[in-house]
Amino acid sequence: MSLTDTDEVAVAPPEVRASGNGANPETPPDSKIRADKVDFFYGSFQALKNINLDIPERRVTALIGPSGCGKSTFLRTINRMNELIDGTRLTGKITLDGQDLYDRRVDVVNLRKRVGMVFQKPNPFPMSIFDNIAYGPRIHGTKNRKALNEIVERTLHQAALWDEVKDQLKKSAFALSGGQQQRLCIARVLAVQPEVVLMDEPASALDPNSTFRIEQLIDELKTEYTIVIVTHNMQQAARISDFTGFFLRGEMKEFGATDKMFTNPDQKETEDYIRGRFG
Amino acid sequence: MAVSTRTDLHLARRRTTNFVMLGFCVLASIVALVMLGLVLYFLASQGLKHISPRLFTRLPNNIDIKQGGIAHSIFGTLTLLGIASLISLPLGILGGIYQVEARGRFAFAVRFLTDVLNGIPSIVIGIFVYAAYVYPLSQRNPGSGFSGYAGGLALGIMMIPLVMRTTEEILRLVPFSLREASLGLGATRWRTMWSIVLPVARGGVITGIMLALARVAGETAPLLFTILGNEYFPTKQANVLGAKVTVPAMNTAIDALPLRIFNYAVGPNLEQHDIAWAAALILIAMILIFSIAARYATRGGVLEEH
Repeated sequence: MSLTDTDEVAVAPPEVRASGNGANPETPPDSKIRADKVDFFYGSFQALKNINLDIPERRVTALIGPSGCGKSTFLRTINRMNELIDGTRLTGKITLDGQDLYDRRVDVVNLRKRVGMVFQKPNPFPMSIFDNIAYGPRIHGTKNRKALNEIVERTLHQAALWDEVKDQLKKSAFALSGGQQQRLCIARVLAVQPEVVLMDEPASALDPNSTFRIEQLIDELKTEYTIVIVTHNMQQAARISDFTGFFLRGEMKEFGATDKMFTNPDQKETEDYIRGRFG
Repeated sequence: MAVSTRTDLHLARRRTTNFVMLGFCVLASIVALVMLGLVLYFLASQGLKHISPRLFTRLPNNIDIKQGGIAHSIFGTLTLLGIASLISLPLGILGGIYQVEARGRFAFAVRFLTDVLNGIPSIVIGIFVYAAYVYPLSQRNPGSGFSGYAGGLALGIMMIPLVMRTTEEILRLVPFSLREASLGLGATRWRTMWSIVLPVARGGVITGIMLALARVAGETAPLLFTILGNEYFPTKQANVLGAKVTVPAMNTAIDALPLRIFNYAVGPNLEQHDIAWAAALILIAMILIFSIAARYATRGGVLEEH
């Protein structure tokens, strides 16, 4: 699906968005995920209000906004993790490659295989480094030891962790540092070969050096994966993302190329937030 | 430094309260510990000198009591605990998982009824098994009814709520982030439970099972109505791979340690009292060995590390 037929959803006209995409001056990227009039409720509290958004393929899209603005909630609607919470309800439509994610025929297990997720706090399983990464492939049916070895090595390389752990794959994942654990969690997600990787403040619990490595990693991964990242850190959003969506009180106030959002936003609220006047 | 007297007084009062309340806590712990110590001391002082190998190998001898043993009671208790575990562990663990995973009115009702079941006196459960199982069987086939199965069933019923609630509570302690990680990779809920949550909670679940076993191992009242007790080792002929062998029989009255203690302790015979003390010590030691073995088998549990 191309951006040219998204007129009804677009925040800005397609040509504006394309021209604003300074980091990627070539043809405008295809839309991978589209939210169409999405409302989301926790019980009677409405956490998302009429979200319309196109997330481009193989780009990094950052979602920013003050605490409680709904950006994490929106992220979790993309792999339906929001359904783990009691009494939630979603109206509107979210599509992945044009397919409605909330269609009754969609298998949530298969969806989460396609849309992986990295969480705020590193959450390795209490098992070895190897088994952490092999867990995903195993549950999806890969039993062959050689194939698993290859997956583990490949994804650890991808996550820039291989050199640090190649001699201790049998060791508990808890023996790793926080930053290493988070890269392990990223490798674990990559091992199931997702198309989209959702990241919910993946570096907020890490030290600056580990944060830097995660950001580097995100930059490398976007050639293969569509990445959506929620972050509290404005500089981080500016550094790593191609597109940025600004959320406020459950609404998406503005969406556009990161360069434009951070230099010349359309909305006053966006500018105030980015300049640090609130939030 | 200019600190007002009022603040000084206030501070002194807070310090005193803190000191007194902590003192009460220490005192309460000491009293509880002393109780336990007294029970164990009495048991050891009365029972230790009467422990002898024959207790484990021989049956009661009513002519020369000192030459008799309680082998059949020990075996009976072990079998009862085995049967009770077979009944209660699958039901209790699966039920506990259900209560963690399920929401809604039915799960709430199950939880409430589990607590009710937990509160039913053990003698009532004994009477229930007697009325529902032992009595009908004995009416149909005189001489049958009282059996190891009935006793195991009674103890199993008692264990179900204990296992279910501890399993549920331990599973709830497993960090939600681990569940999320697994579900986020596309694992089903059952797979997440089986491969991630249960292994993490394993130590706690097993400790819960041990506590439940310890609790029912000493139950006497339900056994009065279900296994009746006896003085011998019931056996039967069984066909194992074409050969006739003698195996312990379960479908008849059997004996168990608490019942033996009860029967010997209420009698007038002092030699029987001695054996009862020794039997009580053996019962406690059995439970202790179970618990230590379970601890050892599940050491390095993940929940404790966090």
